[in-house]
Amino acid sequence: MSVSVARDQTRDQAFMGAVIRVADEVAAPNADSVDREARFPIETIEGLREAQALSAFVPTELGGGGVAFETIAEACFELGRRCGASAMVFAMHQIQVVTIVRHLEDADWFEEYLQALAREQRLVASVTSEVGTGGDMGRSVAAVTPAEGGMRTFQKQAPTVSYGAYADDLFVTLRRDPDAEATDQVAALARKDQLQLEQNSSWDPLGMRGTCSPGYVVSATIAPEQVLATPFPRVSAESMVPVSHILWSHLWLGIATDAFERARAFVRAAAKRSPGETPPAALRLSHLMSELSLLRAEVSSGLTEFVEASDEPGRERLGTMASALRFNNLKIAASEQAPRVCQGALGVCGIMGFKNDTPFSVGRHLRDTMSACLMVANERIHHTNASLLLIAKDV
Amino acid sequence: MTEEIRQIIAEHGRLSMDADELTPNADLYHAGMTSHASVNVMLALEDHFDVEFPDRMLKRSVFESISAIEAALQELRAEPAVS
Repeated sequence: MSVSVARDQTRDQAFMGAVIRVADEVAAPNADSVDREARFPIETIEGLREAQALSAFVPTELGGGGVAFETIAEACFELGRRCGASAMVFAMHQIQVVTIVRHLEDADWFEEYLQALAREQRLVASVTSEVGTGGDMGRSVAAVTPAEGGMRTFQKQAPTVSYGAYADDLFVTLRRDPDAEATDQVAALARKDQLQLEQNSSWDPLGMRGTCSPGYVVSATIAPEQVLATPFPRVSAESMVPVSHILWSHLWLGIATDAFERARAFVRAAAKRSPGETPPAALRLSHLMSELSLLRAEVSSGLTEFVEASDEPGRERLGTMASALRFNNLKIAASEQAPRVCQGALGVCGIMGFKNDTPFSVGRHLRDTMSACLMVANERIHHTNASLLLIAKDV
Repeated sequence: MTEEIRQIIAEHGRLSMDADELTPNADLYHAGMTSHASVNVMLALEDHFDVEFPDRMLKRSVFESISAIEAALQELRAEPAVS
C-alpha cells in the first residue's frame, strides 16, 4: 500500500486541526507535570483517542482515517512542540500502525485487528530491543514456539518497553522458530488479553520521562495468524526503520522548534524593554536559527525521499543499502542537531531558560532531546553505516 | 561460476553451516549470514569477478542465495562495460 495515494486534503486538515487542539489544550498544560512526575500523558492520549487519531493511518475501508503519512509526520511535529513524551508515545504507536498497514498483504487476522484498533482506539507499543542482542534490532533471542492446540508462545526479555503498562497490544520481534538463526526474524502482534508483563526495572530517567519505559519480561500465547507473513528484515528495511527515523526526527524537530520559539520570545521581550537597541541575545538567536534550519531541512528531505520511494512499484529503492544509509543518516543527524538547538536556546535565554518555572524554560526540551541519540544508539548505527559505506556507490 | 560463488561464501559469509551443503536456492540469511558478513561477501565477489554492483543491486534479495548472486553477476557481465 502506498503511503500517499489518494491524499484527501480535507480529511488531513480535519485530522491536523484535531491534533493541534489536543496539543494546545491538553498536551501543553500537562507537559510539566508529566515530566516532573515521570507519568504517562494519559489525558493527551485520551484526547487523541477521542479525535480518532490512533487510527488516522488505517485505511478508510478498514474503518480508519485514511490520513496521509506526511500528515502523520506533521502531527508528530506539532505534538513535539507541546510535550515531547506525548509526541513520542503517539509516534511510536503510529510506527507500529504504519508498519502493519504497509505489510498487510490481505491477511484476514491483521485486517480484522486494524478494524478493532480503529473501533476501540487501541494503543500499540513495540518490543524490539532484547537482552543479549547488544542493542541490534536485527537479531532476536526469543522465538515463536509451537504450543498446545496449534498456538504459539514466546517469552522475551525486553530492557525497555515504552508505555508497556498502558498499551493495549504489543508488536514484538522474534526468531521465526526455535531453530532459526538470530537474524531470521518475524514480527508478531499480541493482544493485551494474551500477554503477561513482568516489570523488572525502574523508570526514573533524564528525559522523555512520560514515555514510562521500564524493562519487562514479556510472555504471550498467540495464534499463528498473529505473525506477520512478510519476513521482518524486509518489514524493517521498507517500513519500520525509515518510518521510525522519520517520525522520531519530526518530533525532535518539534521540541527544538519550541525551544527556539522560547528563545525568540526571550529576545523580543528584551528588545521591548530597550527600544532602539538590538539586544545582545538577538545575535545568538540568529546563529540558532541557522542551526534550526539545518535540522528542518534534513527532516523535510528525509520525509520527501521516503514518500517518493514508497510510491515506486515494489518499493525496490527502500530495500537498497543506499536507502538504509539515507535513513540512518537522518536519525543520526536529527538526534545530534535537536539537542544542539535546545542548548543554543538555553544560551540565548540564560538563567531564565535554565530555571524550570519561567516562560523561557528549556530544560525539559534539552533533556527530552538528549534521549534521541540513545534510541537505537548512534554508535551502533555508525557501525552499520561504516560497513555499508564499504560497498554502497552513490550516497 | 556457482562453485566460485560458493567458495567466496564459505570464506566470507560466516554461515552457521557448511557452505558445501548449500543448495543453489538456499537462503543465506537463514543460514546465518549477517548484514555485515554480506557486505564482505559483496566485496569479495566484486574483487573476484572484477565487477561493481550498482546501488540498485545492493539489497538483500540479490544476495540471498547462490543462484540469486549468479543471476546478478550474469546480468552485470551482459551489460556493456562502463569505463
